[in-house]
Amino acid sequence: MTTRSDPIAATCPAPFAETERVLLGHGSGGQLMAELLADLTPRFGVPVLEDAALVTTGSPEVVMSTDGFVVTPRFFPGGDIGSLAVHGTVNDLAMMGAVPIALSLAYIVEEGLPLEELRRVTSSVAEAARACGVRIVTGDTKVVGKGAADGLYVTTTGIGIRLPGAAPAAANGRPGDVVLLSGPIGLHGVTILSTREGLGFESELTSDSRPLHGLVTAMITAAGCGVHTLRDPTRGGLASALNELAAASRVGVELEESAIPVPAQVAAACDLLGLDPLHVANEGCLVAFVDPAEANAVLAAMRERPEGAAARRIGVVVADHPGRVTVRTLVGSWRVVDMLVGEQLPRIC
Amino acid sequence: MRYLDEYRDPVLARRLIAEIRAAATRPWSIMEVCGGQTHTIVRQGIDELIPVRMVHGPGCPVCVTPLATIDRALAIAARPEVIFTSFGDMLRVPGSGSDLLSAKARGADVRVVYSPLDAVRLAGTHPDRQVVFFAVGFETTAPANAMAVLRAAEERLANFSVLVSHVLVPPAMAAIMESASVDAFLAAGHVCAVMGWTEYEPLAVRYRVPIVVTGFEPLDLLEGILMAVRQLEEERFGVENQYARAVRRTGNTFAQDAIRRVFRVSDQTWRGIGEIPASGLVLAPEFAAFDAAERFTVGGLSADEHPGCIAGEILRGTLTPLDCASYGTLCTPRRPLGAPMVSAEGTCAAYHNAGRTRQETS
Repeated sequence: MTTRSDPIAATCPAPFAETERVLLGHGSGGQLMAELLADLTPRFGVPVLEDAALVTTGSPEVVMSTDGFVVTPRFFPGGDIGSLAVHGTVNDLAMMGAVPIALSLAYIVEEGLPLEELRRVTSSVAEAARACGVRIVTGDTKVVGKGAADGLYVTTTGIGIRLPGAAPAAANGRPGDVVLLSGPIGLHGVTILSTREGLGFESELTSDSRPLHGLVTAMITAAGCGVHTLRDPTRGGLASALNELAAASRVGVELEESAIPVPAQVAAACDLLGLDPLHVANEGCLVAFVDPAEANAVLAAMRERPEGAAARRIGVVVADHPGRVTVRTLVGSWRVVDMLVGEQLPRIC
Repeated sequence: MRYLDEYRDPVLARRLIAEIRAAATRPWSIMEVCGGQTHTIVRQGIDELIPVRMVHGPGCPVCVTPLATIDRALAIAARPEVIFTSFGDMLRVPGSGSDLLSAKARGADVRVVYSPLDAVRLAGTHPDRQVVFFAVGFETTAPANAMAVLRAAEERLANFSVLVSHVLVPPAMAAIMESASVDAFLAAGHVCAVMGWTEYEPLAVRYRVPIVVTGFEPLDLLEGILMAVRQLEEERFGVENQYARAVRRTGNTFAQDAIRRVFRVSDQTWRGIGEIPASGLVLAPEFAAFDAAERFTVGGLSADEHPGCIAGEILRGTLTPLDCASYGTLCTPRRPLGAPMVSAEGTCAAYHNAGRTRQETS
C-alpha cells in the first residue's frame, strides 16, 4: 500500500488506502470531514465554506445556508426529519446573527415509501416553519428506485436577514471572552441512538431539536456586536464546535468540566457506549464567545427565554495555546479536548 | 443515575488526592489492569496529581486481539454470503492490510451490534445469509457471548457462528508479575463482577503484591489507589475490594456457568505480548459447529506488525505512549498503526484524546 511514489506516502506510510473511498466517518462532523472538505472546497477558490454565508454587503445583509438531512429513524422523540430540516437551516442562519425569511425544500424519496409518511413529514415541515415565522417558498421532489436511497432525504436552503448590529463570526473570538452555553448537551445524539434497533436501553430523553433565532435575537439585542461568535454544536458536538472556533479565531479556550451541563441519562448512555458527551450531537443549543463586559447581560437575556433557561458560563477564551481547547477536569487536572476523529453516530441529522 | 454524581464529586476527589499524597512515602508503581480505568485516569489527569507512578495495563480487549485474528475477520467479512457483526470498537483496528470499516466501505456487509444476541436475531431474520459475530473480550463479555451461542444452539441456527478471541485477566497479570516491576495492581472491577476475586488471592500471596479490585469512576480509582498505597506502606499484600457496590468475592456464578458450558480454557496469543499459557477461551468441542474459524476456510494469514508500533511494551506497561517515536506523528487515532491507538480503552488513544504530547514535539 505504500509503494506510491508520492513523497508524503514515503515519509508517512498510511497503513492502508482508506482515503480512496468515502467512509461513513467522513460525514461525522469531525476531523475526517474537515480533511475531506479541505480537499474539496478549494475547487471553488475559497479555503472554507461555512454553514451559512453573507451574500450581500449592503443593507439589508442577506445570509444564505443549505443543509441535507438523512437522519434515521425519520421519527424520533422530540422531532422528525421534517422539523429537523427546518430547525437545522434556521439555526445555521441564526449563527450568523440572521432571522430566517424564506426556505426551500427538496425531497429525495425512495420508491415504496408509504405516502402517509410523506404527508406526516410535510405537515411537520409546515408546522415547524410556521413556528419559526418562515415561509416555504419553493420546492422539488424526486423519486428514486427501491434501494437507491433509504426512505427519504430532505434538503432545505434558507435565506435570512441579519439583525442590525450583529456581526458574529467564527474568527471574531478574542482573549478574555466568556464562553456561554445555552443548555444541556448530548440530548439529540443520545436520543437518536436510543431509538436505534437493538440498542436495548430505554430512555425518556427527547431530542433538543428547536429553532434558535429567537434566542440569538435576544442575545444580540442585549449586547449587539459584543456577541463575537455563535455556533450550534451539531455533528461532532461541543468539542468539535469549540475547536473550530478556537482555530478560526486563533485563540485558546479553557473550559471548566464541572460547569458543562450533561444530563444524567446522557452521561450514563455515553459511559455505556464509550462515547464522549462533548462529541455527541446537539440540535437545539448554541455556544457563544461574548465580550466579558457584556457577558452578564447576555446570560440574563438568554435565561429569559425557554431555550436558554439553563444557559451558563462554561469557560473563557485565552491568548495561550491558540487553536487548542482544554478543560479543567473534575479532579483539578487539565486535558486537551480534541475534535471527534471519525465516525461516532452515523445519520443523526 | 445517582452513581455518576456520587463518584465524580470534585471536593471528595481532591480530599482523596490529598490523602494519597500524605500516605505515599515512595513513588510506588501501580498498574491499573483495565483500559476503562486507564481511560478515566488519563481523561481526568489523575496520574498527574499524585506521587505514584501509574502503569497502564493490558486490559483493552481490542488491543490484544491477535493480528492474524483480525485478518481472518477481514477475510470472512469479505465473503458475499456473510453478515459480519461486531462491537463498534473492532471496526477500526488495523489488520495487516485493512480494517473492517474500510472493508465495509468496499462493500462488505459489516454491522455494529450492541449485544451478541442481536447477531443471533439477525441470523434468525436472514436465513439465507451467514451471520458471524466477532466474540472478543475479557471475562466481562464472555458470558453474553456464551449466551448467544447457547441461544443459537437452542434455535438450531445453522447460519450463525462466532469468531472467538477471548482472553483471561489473571494469567496475564501473572505474566506481568513475572517480568515487570509493578508494586501493586488495581484489578478490573467489571471482570471481577463476573469472576469474583478468588483467582487473585494466590497471585497476591505468591508475588507479594497488593491487588485492589477497583471501579471506573474518578473516586473509585482514587480510593483504589489509596487502598493500594496503604497496603504497600504497611507492607501488606492481599486482595481488597474497593468496588463493593458491584463485586462479590465469588462473582456471578450464573455467568460463570454459561462461560464454562460454552468455552474451554486454552493457550492464547495476545497481540503485542505473545502467547500466554491458559490465558484464553475457545469453543468447547460440543459447540465447535459454531466456530467461524472452522466454518470459513481462510488462507494466507500473516502476522506482521507495523515496525513502528511498540504496542507490546505499552500493553506490558514497560513503556508509555510518550516513549514511542510514532506516537502522535505516524500513529494517530485517524491513522492508527497499532490497536492501542484505536479503542477508547487503548492507552495510546487515551493519551492522544487527552492531548498528551511527547516532550520534543510539544
